[in-house]
Amino acid sequence: MNTTTFRTDQEFFIDPQRCIGCHACEMACAECETNGQQPMIHVDYVDRYLTPQTSVQVCMHCEDPTCAKVCPADAITKDEFGVVHSANHARCIACSNCVQACPFGVPRKITPMDLMMKCNLCYDRTSVGKRPMCATVCPSGALYYGTREKMRELRPNSTPVNQFRFGQQVVKTKVNIMMPKGATELVVDAQ
Amino acid sequence: MATLPVSAEQIIARFGPSLNFPPAQGYPGRDEPDEVVKTHCCFCGMQCGIKLLVKNNRVVGFEPWEEFPFNEGRLCPKGVQRYLQNNHPDRLMEPMERVEGQGFRNVSWEAAFERVVSEIKRIQGKYGNDAFAMLSGVSLTNEKCYLNGKFARVALKTKNLDYNGRLCMVSAGAGNKKAFGLDRASNSYDDLKHAEVIMLCGTNVSECFPTLTHWIWQARDNGGKLIVVDPRLTPIGRTADLHLPVRPGRDSALYGAILHQLIKHDWLDHDFIRDHCSGFEEAKKAVESYDLDWAERTTGVTKEKILQAAKWWGPAKTSFLLHARGIEHHTKGVENVLSCINLVLATGRIGKPYCGYGTITGQGNGQGGREHGHKCDQLPGNRDIENPDHRKYICDVWGINEKDLPGKGLTAYEIMEAIDRGEIKGLISICFNPMVSLPNNHLVKRALEKLEFYVCIDFFLNETARHANIMLPGSLQEEEEGTTTSAEGRVIRIRQAVKPPGNARTDTSIILELAKRLGAEKYFTFANSEAIFNELRVASKGGTADYNGITYKKIEDNMGIFWPCPTEDHPGTPRLWEDRKFKTPDGKAHFHGIAYRDPGEVTDAEYPMILTTGRVVSQFLSGTQTRRIGKLVQQYPEPLLEIHPKTAAKYGIKERELVKVVTRRGEAEYPAQLVETIREDTVFVPYHWPGKKSINQVTTGLLDPISKIPEFKVCACQLVPQGRQAPSSEEAQAYASA
Repeated sequence: MNTTTFRTDQEFFIDPQRCIGCHACEMACAECETNGQQPMIHVDYVDRYLTPQTSVQVCMHCEDPTCAKVCPADAITKDEFGVVHSANHARCIACSNCVQACPFGVPRKITPMDLMMKCNLCYDRTSVGKRPMCATVCPSGALYYGTREKMRELRPNSTPVNQFRFGQQVVKTKVNIMMPKGATELVVDAQ
Repeated sequence: MATLPVSAEQIIARFGPSLNFPPAQGYPGRDEPDEVVKTHCCFCGMQCGIKLLVKNNRVVGFEPWEEFPFNEGRLCPKGVQRYLQNNHPDRLMEPMERVEGQGFRNVSWEAAFERVVSEIKRIQGKYGNDAFAMLSGVSLTNEKCYLNGKFARVALKTKNLDYNGRLCMVSAGAGNKKAFGLDRASNSYDDLKHAEVIMLCGTNVSECFPTLTHWIWQARDNGGKLIVVDPRLTPIGRTADLHLPVRPGRDSALYGAILHQLIKHDWLDHDFIRDHCSGFEEAKKAVESYDLDWAERTTGVTKEKILQAAKWWGPAKTSFLLHARGIEHHTKGVENVLSCINLVLATGRIGKPYCGYGTITGQGNGQGGREHGHKCDQLPGNRDIENPDHRKYICDVWGINEKDLPGKGLTAYEIMEAIDRGEIKGLISICFNPMVSLPNNHLVKRALEKLEFYVCIDFFLNETARHANIMLPGSLQEEEEGTTTSAEGRVIRIRQAVKPPGNARTDTSIILELAKRLGAEKYFTFANSEAIFNELRVASKGGTADYNGITYKKIEDNMGIFWPCPTEDHPGTPRLWEDRKFKTPDGKAHFHGIAYRDPGEVTDAEYPMILTTGRVVSQFLSGTQTRRIGKLVQQYPEPLLEIHPKTAAKYGIKERELVKVVTRRGEAEYPAQLVETIREDTVFVPYHWPGKKSINQVTTGLLDPISKIPEFKVCACQLVPQGRQAPSSEEAQAYASA
């Protein structure tokens, strides 16, 4: 695979407040031939009774990925660009440790294939300088892939945050969440 | 007799809808396509650019087209999955005839054409030319719309030609002609991004036009305020700075009340009103008594919210008002549109950067398709079929005598009523599925059953086509060259990616062959789609929708040209009215005095709830295409009755309990979905489904007196809880309901 054109100046930004719940990202993701029609990105209602608000979750590509740490088969690796790859088919034993451990709930065990699958930042696209499919098709800008400078210009009222606090655990990620201007971390579960 | 030859269930078993899913690893050849075709989505008026991947005359996948300026690669789920209408197991590939008790039998094209022509001649000979009607649609390209208009008048010689745009934005078209003398969104969407205030009036943008969301959000990122008027809190409404949950059918009261506030607080552009408008005094007088107390009582929106909307809209320096079916699908659709235009004119914010107004056309070619003459009252270039000068010009272009050009005919729903009365005996339809899309469809079914002869051109056997005597397999959008005009007035190129499969033919070749067999060959000597477009250019010349200066090459070189474009050296017109020369007879923009009146049907003790209808993001119109695409069906598998929890509690309705909706037209059953995002006096059901799942079994056939648009958006209903839970949505198989 030609990795020389992976653009290290490009980053992934999720802006959940913009998600309109259309599922274009899921459908486009599933089209990738390596995904076997399974989406690696997930859109869910927060609580349809109360609101049409949806939330979109893509792999956050952690700096120190919990999924890789808990994998007994060493099937999950992070590469030089910080992309945490989906499980190596030859090694994955479908134990679901990663499914249980991921703080963001990203990996899914695909039972018929006995394999964990998750987003690999569209490596086939990003490694040749293209944008990930989900961030290309997203009609509302809830998913964006580009430079930090461009994002600052486009969204002057928001700040990208890539630090999350789950109780005592602090997780830093390659993927950013857009927060109100000035925010520095997202506290998911303060204790 | 155009009754079903066998049961609906038997027809469904053979012709679908069945669900198309791609193979797990995708279609073979996707990685090494023979061709990558830059074209556009076949669905809504956004007409997003998309690249289709073609292998061995099959569309095998898509790639985002990131260079196309409107959507820059962005797509909605329908766009992502649109390629699956190709290679579909339900695709019709042979002409067929109806056989009583057996269904449909393949016949040769020769036999099919012969039968169609002999039936047309028989019916017209016996009952007169106008007894054979034609229904067309605006998923078709400009070329096909133009061709159908000419075919109906010159070859079929009938006045009764109308189209499914009648269910789309005709209220907006009529309103725009009254106010501006021209029917087009006044601006390109580029003017949204620095608008200080955006008002979305009755448009569920994020579900019906998802890729427009980006442009609206850009304005918000730049500090703009978003006002959304909708009885439901839609996904775009959720992100609004102000949501006005108007009671269905009270729109003109709301906009009248806002105008009242603009006048009261003197948030008016007096110079613009004096120099460029007429009718302001009438508009002012009509809203004199529309104070906030009255407005709150009438519209169900609080005084504070109405005042806030006026406070933001009034003094803003830039703004953009967009509306769609939410205000147009009413017996006073034109009045609602004019009441919105009054707000734009009062503040003079039009024809300037970031000052915009427009309807968001729903169908793929809703804009172009309503300009070039397959409406019952219209000739190409948006000319008037009753205007002697317009008639003469078109007759000269077509080379026919003016006395041979039929006059104004009936509109779509009126055609069904005329069939029901026995006045129309024969029908040809293309790209229109009235059994799902027209209101009060019990009448539509009854009418179809009374036809002596019905011929349908389509690529799938849609619910209406099941009634056909002869079915002619036509073409998908990606099977012919052509152009469409997007909701912002941009004329764009549709490319032929593949040829029609099997014995299916292009729509154009079918119409041309019929014209020839009807003895009108000399008027239909087009070598290809571009030749039709070139005649359309001439026919539109000098009309308000002037395409004369647009060529295929110019569209391709510029990724679209905005009409009007009168000469080949003209760059096109993304923003109208910069010159302040309106196309009305007096050259001014017209205010209209809009006195509020009630909707056609109001609630009473017997029918105490308001029913409103609309769309969901994963389905499109009557679902002929989208109810056949697996993942789009799975995303929202069946129509649900949205009801407020407080209302549900009053009736004792529980989540997913079956509820019967009863109106004066009939009844239908739906699982309840309890949501706090709808008004307590209103229930909502989306309309894309057929048969027993069709909400158009119960909607009203009342029409706007001017535009003849049906009142889909409001009628009175009863709710009758059935005391049992709905089966699972998979079990319901609503996509193929009989």
